[in-house]
Amino acid sequence: MTDLTALHYTEEHEWIAIDGDVATIGITDYAAEKLGDVVYVDLPAAGTTITEGTVVGEIESTKSVGELFAPVNGEVVEANQAVVDAPELVNSDPFGEGWLLKVSTSSLPKLLTRDEYTALTGE
Amino acid sequence: MTNDPGTTAPAEERLSPLDAVHRAAGASFTDFAGWQMPVRYSSDLAEHHAVRTASGIFDLSHMGEIVLIGPQAAAALDFALAGRLSAIEIGQAKYSLLLADDGGIIDDLVVYRTGDDRYMVVANASNAAVVADELRTRAAGFDTVVSDESDDIALIALQGPDARSVLLETPGFGVDGPGNDAEDFDARIAALKYYRAFPATFEGQPVLVARTGYTGEDGFELYVAPERATRLWDALVETGGPRVVPCGLASRDTLRLEAGMPLYGHELGRDILPVQAGLGRVVALAKEGDFIGRAAIERGPAADAPVLVGLAAEGRRAPRADYAVFDGESEGAVRVGVVTSGALSPTLGHPVAMAFVSPALAEAGTALYVDVRGTRIPAAVVALPFYKRTS
Repeated sequence: MTDLTALHYTEEHEWIAIDGDVATIGITDYAAEKLGDVVYVDLPAAGTTITEGTVVGEIESTKSVGELFAPVNGEVVEANQAVVDAPELVNSDPFGEGWLLKVSTSSLPKLLTRDEYTALTGE
Repeated sequence: MTNDPGTTAPAEERLSPLDAVHRAAGASFTDFAGWQMPVRYSSDLAEHHAVRTASGIFDLSHMGEIVLIGPQAAAALDFALAGRLSAIEIGQAKYSLLLADDGGIIDDLVVYRTGDDRYMVVANASNAAVVADELRTRAAGFDTVVSDESDDIALIALQGPDARSVLLETPGFGVDGPGNDAEDFDARIAALKYYRAFPATFEGQPVLVARTGYTGEDGFELYVAPERATRLWDALVETGGPRVVPCGLASRDTLRLEAGMPLYGHELGRDILPVQAGLGRVVALAKEGDFIGRAAIERGPAADAPVLVGLAAEGRRAPRADYAVFDGESEGAVRVGVVTSGALSPTLGHPVAMAFVSPALAEAGTALYVDVRGTRIPAAVVALPFYKRTS
């Protein structure tokens, strides 16, 4: 079970786990629930340079399309192929198997704590 | 990450009489025409598949019901609507259209004849007030009373291959009138054809049982007093167990899309003539007398007016409402239409969409391209519906 208080969050409903200079990125259970059943995930390839605040991917459900914003500056180390092959992982395990990107980054922007994030979603 | 806009609730949101049932079941809600309605309970894909393989139960209490009573109710509807409603029998239902003077579609409707001198007109939630106003205005010269009963009628739909057996197994149903027991009810259900309805009772209170729906499956729609709706919903869910899955509006939309059924505001609207949407047959030009929109329908749309087609694509990225349709993949390709609805079809496993395109490109097999957020996705014109049940 992931310790959700150990994660960082953005106002775009993404979570970030920091391990050294690698940030693992996913979307929150709140975002997954709002999207509905995810049927397609489009992620940038390893090696892609990403810029904080820009759209780097798409998460598509039967009902709507969500854009994935880069929460940090950095370079994609790994895109989660398992979630590309089985997009439903975003719904079933958003904080675990449903992670989206691993990004190498040297500096972090200001991110939200769990308490700040849950205050935002009201849940 | 952000979602498409369109989920903000207005200041005055209306709640279904089944609201507490949905909240207890853990539903997520969406605003639909000012109503807070379940968008899904857990998984919209699971809900979709349940309707195709077992059955699903939907709360449609937001829809409008306008009742016409009087010796000239039939004549009033013949004048007010595109179809010949005087021709349908008591207990019969008919799909019809409310047209503007210029032939544009104000709403699509299901009309039930519930008596010799009475009809019930079922309108989309977003148009219920407009339909009631139009019917009042159009019926003014006729001996009939038009009343908007939307607040006094709840609607539960039970759809799917198991719907009939669940309905028959659910205790408490009877037939309205003499006899009034479960055996009579079973006999009436056994004899009930598609697009027919009969007055029944549930625990002694009236319920109109109709064999109608909007999913492409066999099923029933049950019109009942709001204060009886929770008992009826609970009874069907308890009786059906795993065969009855509560379904939200997300699955209703993918189900009707696969079945090629138009949705007002997407495939139908004020600027669309029925023939453009493939609904020419719904307009009874052969009927005697005038009806609103007749002259415009007889003139017809311009020769190059776009027509509704089905599109099928490969892969998993779906064309969605408002995406542009092109005649080629290159930069110089010409924009030839627009998508009105689209999704990755849960039943078929590939993207399907409906779109208005130039009539010259409406032939099945025509290769078109949809701009899916900057990428041209090949999509072939196919006949509607995408999905047709086999039994």
